[in-house]
Amino acid sequence: MATVEDLKKVASQVRRDIVRMVTMAQSGHPGGSMGSTDILTALYFEVMKQDPATWTRSGKGQDMFILSAGHMTPVYYSLLSRAGYFPKEELGTFRKFGTLLQGHPSVRKGLKGVFQASGSLGQGLSAAAGAALGKKMDKEDNFVYVLCGDGESEEGQIWEAGMFAVYHKLDNLIAMTDCNGQQIDGPVESVAGEGDLKQKWTAWGWNVIESDGHDFPAILDAFAKAKANKGTGKPTMILFKTVMGQGVDFMAGTHKWHGKAPSPEQCEQAMTQLEETLGDF
Amino acid sequence: MKKYTDTGKKDTRSGFGAGLLEAGKMDPKVVAMTADLKGSLKMDAFAAEFPDRFIQCGIAEANMVGAASGLALTGKIPFIGSFAEFVTGRVYDQLRQEVSYGMTNVKIASSHAGITLGEDGATHQTMEDIALMRALPGMVVLCPCDYNQTKNATIAAARYNGPVYLRFGRPSVPNFTGENEPFEIGKAYVLNPGKDVTIIATGHLVWEALLAAEALEAEGVCAEVINVATIKPLDTATIVASALKTKAVVVAEEHNLAGGLGELICGTLAVKCPTPVELVNGGDEFGQSGKPAELMAAYGLDAAHIAEAARKVLTRK
Repeated sequence: MATVEDLKKVASQVRRDIVRMVTMAQSGHPGGSMGSTDILTALYFEVMKQDPATWTRSGKGQDMFILSAGHMTPVYYSLLSRAGYFPKEELGTFRKFGTLLQGHPSVRKGLKGVFQASGSLGQGLSAAAGAALGKKMDKEDNFVYVLCGDGESEEGQIWEAGMFAVYHKLDNLIAMTDCNGQQIDGPVESVAGEGDLKQKWTAWGWNVIESDGHDFPAILDAFAKAKANKGTGKPTMILFKTVMGQGVDFMAGTHKWHGKAPSPEQCEQAMTQLEETLGDF
Repeated sequence: MKKYTDTGKKDTRSGFGAGLLEAGKMDPKVVAMTADLKGSLKMDAFAAEFPDRFIQCGIAEANMVGAASGLALTGKIPFIGSFAEFVTGRVYDQLRQEVSYGMTNVKIASSHAGITLGEDGATHQTMEDIALMRALPGMVVLCPCDYNQTKNATIAAARYNGPVYLRFGRPSVPNFTGENEPFEIGKAYVLNPGKDVTIIATGHLVWEALLAAEALEAEGVCAEVINVATIKPLDTATIVASALKTKAVVVAEEHNLAGGLGELICGTLAVKCPTPVELVNGGDEFGQSGKPAELMAAYGLDAAHIAEAARKVLTRK
């Protein structure tokens, strides 16, 4: 079992990976990736039943994770490599010609750990719901996890999937929304008036849990509650309150780092704020 | 000319329903999904036989595509059924990302395709779906011609590992192919060997092409009739061999010009063996309300127009 200290160490390294990957590629999405680092670190290093050694795209006998907010590949790829799906050296190829690590998740070259393509927003929750239904039909015990963005939740398909998951009683589906309050054109509320996600998901019939997305004990507690919900027939939505760009002072709390690469100087400055714990790639 | 007998008019969507039931009996991994069109897609028999493998999605096609991709990940073989427009144009991005790019084993059951949907009018009559589905890398595009062939194509789609677009329709049309003739994906069927002109047709227009060939025979013209039931991958060898033999080609389809079978054949022949071609299709128009036969005549999609196109292309040899 990973301790909170262990998880903090992984998260620090993952944030270093994110900033370095995006800087080396001079392209990518660091902000949301850093904001969801703690949630996904807990997921990959403590919560999910998964094993890179026996992983298949069918997800048979394991938990599955789908990244619906597909632009958050830096955190996704870093965690997959740190969890043992592929060598960390691969991270240096991010977004470069011929890479397995496409700008948005791709399954075409058989990248281990990735179940479904994403990038065009609003679609991953449907795929996760389908996989959860497949597991139910096969009487499998495992969970299906999916991460969406709060901005992404402006997509209508998210709410179609929300209805489907309730109707088909997918209590083995644990969805997360990374509520960083930011999207490309500015603060979420100012862009499209999304409203109260807690009220909306509750009205949709979901088991809704709110949690701090940076405090590991709170994150683990939220996942434990979500798992304990199995048997109720309701899918779970965890609304994780996060800060975009968390971990580096000049990147935190603004949409400006949604899809922008740091300069080499900024990268160096960021490295002074993030401890190298597991060895850089 | 080789004689084909209509064993009784039937709708191709019922052929799909029968094929789906058979595929379901053949393989427990087959599941059926619909967006509130169970009856229209003739899925009732499957749903009655396999209630646990029938998944109602409500009027939410985008989610249906994504959920099908997730089910496919876990090893299921989902058939997603709706009207052609709503399972192509409405969900193009979902099909592109989660089925085609995502390489998931999803079968798109596309009913009420083309103008023969009839009275509902243009909002429901897609004449662009073949173009959209052809454009997706790796997508197999099937357009069988009658009840029996649609049933057999459905079974073949279930057996094939990969995304398949299966196009069929609403009206009752002559049923003349073999009841249990195995459907071969990627094969163009030469229904009548000929020497003067090649008539290539797909879907509902295959029977019309046979009628046109009969009319031409009375005029002393021997037409080769080819049923292109698989539009992608195209059986290029059969098409080119026929064009080299007859040196005149007509292509007929219940679809618009842009991106349809006609343009595909023209492109293929231009590269392999430039040949005069005349096209029978819906042009660059929307449909409208009316009875199927009325619409087919009004839009020039019947035996008379195919025969006329053949006469015209013969003058260009």
